[in-house]
Amino acid sequence: MLRMNLRRDVFQALADPSRRAILVLLATHSMSAGAIAANFDTARPTVSKHLQILTECALLTQEQNGREIYYHLNAQKLKEVADFIDPFRKMWDERFNKLENLMRQYKNTKK
Amino acid sequence: MEAQTKVQAEEGRQELFIIREFDLPVELLFKAYEDARLFEQWMGTKVIKLENKEHGSFAFETSHQGNVVFTANGTIHEFVPNQRITRTFKMENTPFPVQLEYLEFEKLSEETSKLTMQIVFKSVAFRNQLLKMPFAQGINRAHNKLQEIVHQQNK
Repeated sequence: MLRMNLRRDVFQALADPSRRAILVLLATHSMSAGAIAANFDTARPTVSKHLQILTECALLTQEQNGREIYYHLNAQKLKEVADFIDPFRKMWDERFNKLENLMRQYKNTKK
Repeated sequence: MEAQTKVQAEEGRQELFIIREFDLPVELLFKAYEDARLFEQWMGTKVIKLENKEHGSFAFETSHQGNVVFTANGTIHEFVPNQRITRTFKMENTPFPVQLEYLEFEKLSEETSKLTMQIVFKSVAFRNQLLKMPFAQGINRAHNKLQEIVHQQNK
């Protein structure tokens, strides 16, 4: 069973001022990676890296639009961050991961 | 299957929901809560007492580097194997009043199950404060670490 873990810590993602600027840019409408990069002096690969980090922690979502990928701001996720839900959720997620692994082992030793 | 834990804390409500699906039969999921020795291993706490029955009581104690940092106790109101545990939950030495917790265990398939925890607080403010606790602890740890490093450098 594939288990997807959000590799990026959302607070780490928000710590970078360039990434915060990208979020502000996308607050009113979604944009393609190229359009986003055009707003910054930074090199394109750097902007792509920022977009990857923001997408990995679900602050941004992607949508295919023809041949381009458009980035949307995930307002729900931002709200969760503001409400401190993320560290709380992570804490329980870690516990439940331990529970699952423990009981899987338990199941196997009983066979 | 939802591999990740979900936390629902609606605006202005004094409850929160913690929901998670498991790659486990419901019997094993329930056992992880029922068996004190198993519970200790994944919750990272020591079970001082656990009376799995109506009006039974329980007490947990968590230690860190030899010091007790957290104790909680409560009473069980419902204990239905593989289905439900309802209990009160009080964190000792904190400003939080008693919480009411509903743990629902659900069979999804032969090999998968789901846990829904509903925790009800005395007020909206207390619920919001609890959500912040892991964040605050994280900051404290980072703070202490920083002080450690500064102290080392000043030697």
